[in-house]
Amino acid sequence: MQAHVFIPCLVDQVRPQTGFATLRLLNYLGVRTLYTPSQVCCGQPFYKSGYLKEARRLARKTILNFRGGLPVIAPSGSCVRMIRDYYEGLFADDPVWRNRAADLAGRVYELSEFLVRVLKVEEIPSRFSGRVTFHDSCQVKRGLGIFEEPRLLLTHIPGVELEEMKRSDECCGFGGIFSAKYPHIAEAIARDKIGNAAATGAGVLSGCEISCLIHLEGCARATGTRIRTLHLAEILASGL
Amino acid sequence: MKPLCQLFGETSRRALEDPHLQVALRGLDGRLRVQRDNAFEELPNGEELRDEARAIREHTLAHLDRYLVEFEENFTSLGGVVHWAGDAAAARGIIQEIARVGKVKRIVKGKSMVSEEIGLNKALEAQGLEVVETDLGEFIIQVAGEPPSHLVAPAVHKTRAGITELFNDALGAPRMEDPEALTLFARKILQEKFLQADMGITGANFTVARTGGVVLLENEGNIRLSTTIPRIHVAVTGIEKVVPTWSELAVLLKLLPRSATGQKLSSYVSIFLGPGRQEEPDGAEEFHLVLLDNGRSRILKDPALRESLRCIRCGACLNTCPVYLKAGGHAWGWVYSGPIGSVLTPQLLEDRRSASGLPFASTLCGACFGVCPVRMDIPRILTELRRRFAQDPAWGPAPKRERGLFGLAGFTMGHHHLFNGAGEAARRLMPVLRRVLPLMRQRSGVSDLSAPSFRTIMRKPRDEKND
Repeated sequence: MQAHVFIPCLVDQVRPQTGFATLRLLNYLGVRTLYTPSQVCCGQPFYKSGYLKEARRLARKTILNFRGGLPVIAPSGSCVRMIRDYYEGLFADDPVWRNRAADLAGRVYELSEFLVRVLKVEEIPSRFSGRVTFHDSCQVKRGLGIFEEPRLLLTHIPGVELEEMKRSDECCGFGGIFSAKYPHIAEAIARDKIGNAAATGAGVLSGCEISCLIHLEGCARATGTRIRTLHLAEILASGL
Repeated sequence: MKPLCQLFGETSRRALEDPHLQVALRGLDGRLRVQRDNAFEELPNGEELRDEARAIREHTLAHLDRYLVEFEENFTSLGGVVHWAGDAAAARGIIQEIARVGKVKRIVKGKSMVSEEIGLNKALEAQGLEVVETDLGEFIIQVAGEPPSHLVAPAVHKTRAGITELFNDALGAPRMEDPEALTLFARKILQEKFLQADMGITGANFTVARTGGVVLLENEGNIRLSTTIPRIHVAVTGIEKVVPTWSELAVLLKLLPRSATGQKLSSYVSIFLGPGRQEEPDGAEEFHLVLLDNGRSRILKDPALRESLRCIRCGACLNTCPVYLKAGGHAWGWVYSGPIGSVLTPQLLEDRRSASGLPFASTLCGACFGVCPVRMDIPRILTELRRRFAQDPAWGPAPKRERGLFGLAGFTMGHHHLFNGAGEAARRLMPVLRRVLPLMRQRSGVSDLSAPSFRTIMRKPRDEKND
């Protein structure tokens, strides 16, 4: 199978290791990955801040970049949700682009979703070991309905002990533009989340959405909490 | 009250530094929110009921004109008087006039957010009338001179110790921290007020078109007293609160108390069918209903925003909102707070631009949508409001600087070479930035841009990449 890999901006610039883990993982499972360095932001930050013109421009570029009918896999749930749930609405008055948007929406997948639902893989021989707790990002769980998939994958790794935190699906406080406008509240919410995560005794806080993990990493450092954030892909691809 | 919505940033910052408020908000999280969730777990068809409630509200809004006329006819034939108020000033004027004609001196009030919305108490007091809030929470904040901070629990920001201090200071009460003793103290004062009052003012949770009924839910019995002892009962509510018949009401009554407090039903559900009749021992002689528009018909005409009028004011979205649970209700700067406050305030206020920061007071996490009994898609509405404030000339537009920044960011992020170049520049500047902004390291996980970007590495020739 061949598939496009969509590397969201924050993975690209801040956590490239998540991107490489994604490639390693997919290649290991026999997926021939296609990465186009000309890919751009999906438009989410603009869409959610009210700048639809900019969002539309980025959406068009993204649609063109991934044309051709191959599945598109991204290690970040919110970008997938942007494409799946909001792209069509961006082109409400433009049937040609709306159709293209719908086509892409139908073949874009969050990584864990692709592994479990499309590839039907649950057991990955990751060498990762340690206690892990999992953050259900809002766009991943409430938005895409994905919460069993990452858990299936994690619990099948022999060395991983999955310890659920209190209210794993409570928001981390990031919210994109929200944390830029009201950083003090974003931090206060993150402190609760980090507190809940640390209370499990886990050394690793994992998730399927890179922006939450980066936000929480910052909070863990600021509070001196001994927990590191690792994208699910990095845990799964460990030692592959 | 004068809206102070533009101060959300400052007020919420102070809220975070107020340990008492934070304790109170944690209590809300642990109490009302958990009780709501438990109530729905025990309700086998909760999700279907929410679908039904959504359909009922949508249907009613689509035919609001018809149901309002039907309600008016039936309410009038029962002996009540309907007053239509286009805006807050009109509503205040109507109620002031009813009080003047009825030679009213003392007023007792049941909890009503619409009366807060129109700034009723102040107007009546300016007329020389005594106005006493009789809901315990409302009584507390009236004594404190504060606005409500929650739809259902208006004094939730007050701690027990704070109320003890307040009652001691303002009312000369002995210092007692026992909630029961505090309640009894308030009740003693209120009992007198009920007996002396010549007018009772309440809101209305629902009005029923088919029968002309007015429905009120409460837990303290104060609404019963406010509506049966005084000569005149004035209910004030929004035009959107109407339901077609008892059957639709029954669905909403299953959801409202459960969503608000986790109760199967509120302790008291009163259904008023006109004023007290001659053969009845109690009930008001006059029953007035003030139906308030105040921007609602404008929302009704706006297909992208009409959903906002589905709200039945349960407060569940507040109790589950991570932002509300940190910032507290006063940060919203007007009457309605939390997610529904961010939805309604910019649409109801005359100076909506002053509320342009509120739709951004959300992480769009969707927790509110998950609990809303009428399935209002609050994140969608907030996104739409953000769009209007950013780009719609009738609403915003956003300041030039902001638009410029988003335009520039959009252009940069739309060109992969530019975007990666910006990333490279940030990497080079990072040591400087860290020195200039020591907070950068602490605040954000973005600060360690140590490795080259994914794109930079992938662009390198294959042999180099494999090293």
